[in-house]
Amino acid sequence: MTAAIVAQGLVKRYGETTALNGFDLEVAEGTVLGLLGPNGAGKTTAVRVFATLIEPDAGHAEIAGLDVVRQARQVRQTIGLSGQYAAVDEMLTGQENLELLGRLHHLGRRGARSRAWELLERFGLTEAANRRLKEYSGGMRRRLDLAGALVARPKVLILDEPTTGLDIRSREATWETVGELVSAGSTLLLTTQYLEEADRFADRIAVIEHGAVLAGGTPDELKDQVGGHRLEVTLSRPADLSRARSVLASVAAGEPVSDAEGRLSVTVAAADGVLVDGIRRLDAAGIEVVDASLRRPTLDDVFLALTGHIVETPTESSSEKEAQEVVR
Amino acid sequence: MSSLVWAVGDGMVLAKRNLIRTLRMPDLFMSSLIMPIMSTLLFAYIFGSAIEAPGVSYREFLLAGVFVQTVVFNSVITGAGLAEDIQRGIVDRFRSLPISPYSVLFGRTASDLANNVLSLAVMVLAGLLVGWRIDSSFGEGVAGLLLLLAFAYALSWLLAVVGLSVRAPEVVSNASFMVIMPMSFIANTYVSPEGFPGPLRVIAEWNPVSAVAQAARELFGNTNPAYPPGDTWPLQNPIVASIGWIVLILAIFVPLATHRYRKAVRR
Repeated sequence: MTAAIVAQGLVKRYGETTALNGFDLEVAEGTVLGLLGPNGAGKTTAVRVFATLIEPDAGHAEIAGLDVVRQARQVRQTIGLSGQYAAVDEMLTGQENLELLGRLHHLGRRGARSRAWELLERFGLTEAANRRLKEYSGGMRRRLDLAGALVARPKVLILDEPTTGLDIRSREATWETVGELVSAGSTLLLTTQYLEEADRFADRIAVIEHGAVLAGGTPDELKDQVGGHRLEVTLSRPADLSRARSVLASVAAGEPVSDAEGRLSVTVAAADGVLVDGIRRLDAAGIEVVDASLRRPTLDDVFLALTGHIVETPTESSSEKEAQEVVR
Repeated sequence: MSSLVWAVGDGMVLAKRNLIRTLRMPDLFMSSLIMPIMSTLLFAYIFGSAIEAPGVSYREFLLAGVFVQTVVFNSVITGAGLAEDIQRGIVDRFRSLPISPYSVLFGRTASDLANNVLSLAVMVLAGLLVGWRIDSSFGEGVAGLLLLLAFAYALSWLLAVVGLSVRAPEVVSNASFMVIMPMSFIANTYVSPEGFPGPLRVIAEWNPVSAVAQAARELFGNTNPAYPPGDTWPLQNPIVASIGWIVLILAIFVPLATHRYRKAVRR
C-alpha cells in the first residue's frame, strides 16, 4: 500500500492562532479520505499546505512521495484542487474557463479545447458551455470548478468542502459527480463539515479539531469506538417512560436516554435478538410501542463522543469565519 | 531558457483572459475610453482657457501632463485586478498550477499595458482635435509615447505589490489614490513648479511624474520658453532621468511583487 498523501506533525500558526497543531495524516493510493471537522478546525489550512499554497511552520507533508515545500512544482503537476469557494472566472464561459486551465497545464490549444469538451460532457454542462459563469447556478459553478480540478488528470484530487453553502438540490448533484470520481478510483482528500458526506464517500475518516487529528479509521471503526448499537423505541404513552426504562435496563449496556415525546434510546451490548427481546419485554409489561429500531451509531454520535460537543450546522457566516482563519 | 518561454507563453494566455474580462465589463471598458477623452477635453478647455501665456500654446504644454496623469491613474487597475483575483480564490487556483509566478504577474501587467495603449491612442486623437500637435519628428513622437507606456508599465508592477498586499480590491483604489492623486499634481503636470512653495517645489522637481512629463514634452517638441522646466538635474535631463526611474521602479518592484505573489492566499 503506497501513501498518496502523508502529513507528519504539521504546525501552522497565524499570530496568536494555531491553525495546525501537530497534524498527522496518511491517505493510501486510490482511496478516499474524509477530513471531518467543524469550522476553524484547520481543514482548509491543511488543504492549503497539501496544495503548496502555504508552507508549514513545522513538520512535513508529501504528495505521491514529493515534498510539498521543496518539490512544490512537481506537486502542482500531481494534484487537482477544487476549493470551498468556486475558483473560476465568472466573466468567462464554462468552456473558456476549462480551456484556460488546459492551456496553463500546457495541453496546447487543441488539447485544451478537446479536454474542455470531454469534461463539459461528463459533467452535463455542454448546454451551458457558452454561457458566462455568472449566469450559472451555484451547483453548476461548483461542478465546473470540480471539472477544472480534473483538467490535467491529476493523480491526487483535493476537494475542500465541495458542498458547503449549496442548497440541497445542488448538493445532491455535486455528490453524484463526486461519487463518479470516487468510483473511477481517484485518490481523494475530501474535507467536509457534513458527517453524511464523509460517511457516504470516505474509505477512511479523520476527525480534526483544533488543528490536530483526534481519531481516524473507517467509518465502521469509528462507530465501533463510540460503542455498540442503539436500541430506540417510541412509546405511544409518554407516561410509560419510567416503567419502560426499568424494563429495558435488563438488556442495556448503558444508561437509557429519553425525551419528553416518549422516545427512549439505549446502548446495547450485543445486537443479536436484542430488538425482538426488548419489544417482547415491553409488551409483557403492557407498554405499547409505536416504533422501534436498532441502529448503528451515526457519525454525529462519533463526533459527540470524541469532542464532547455536537456538530454545528454550517451557515453562511460560519464559512466566512473559516475563510478568515487564514488571515489572523 | 525553455522555462522562460513557458512563462511568457502562459503570461500571454492569462493576458488574453484579462482582456476578455475587460471587454465583457462594458462600464469598466467604457470608463477606460471615456476618462482619458474627458480629461483631455476638460483640462484643455478649462485650464487652457484660464491660464494665459501670450503668444504660446498652453494646450501643447498641458497635453503631455494629461497623458502622464492618465497612465498613472490606470496603474491602479493592475493592483485592483490582482486583489480581486485573490479575493475570488482565482490566485489560489493559479498558484496550485505548475506555472511560474512570473506568468500571472506578466499576464496582468501585459493586459494593463494593452489598456494603456488604448487610453493613450484615444487621448492622442482627442488631443489632435483640440489643437495639440507633435512638433518634432515622427520618430521622436513615437519615442515619447513609448516612454509614457514604459513608465505606465513600471508603475503597474508597483501597484501589483499594493494589490498583493491589501485585503480587498476597494482598498487598492482608496489607498493608492491617496498617493497617486498628490503624486500626479505635485509635479509639472499642469503648471510649472517654479511658483510652488518651497517643499512642494522640491517634491515636484524630483517627482518621477515631472521627469516623464518633461521628457514627453521634449520628445513631442512641446517645450516652451514660457514654461521653463526648472534647474534640477532630472528636469534638465528628463529623458535619461525618466529611463532611470523606470529601471529603478522595475528593479525594486518586479522581485517584490514576485515575492508577495508566492505568499498570496485568499483571505
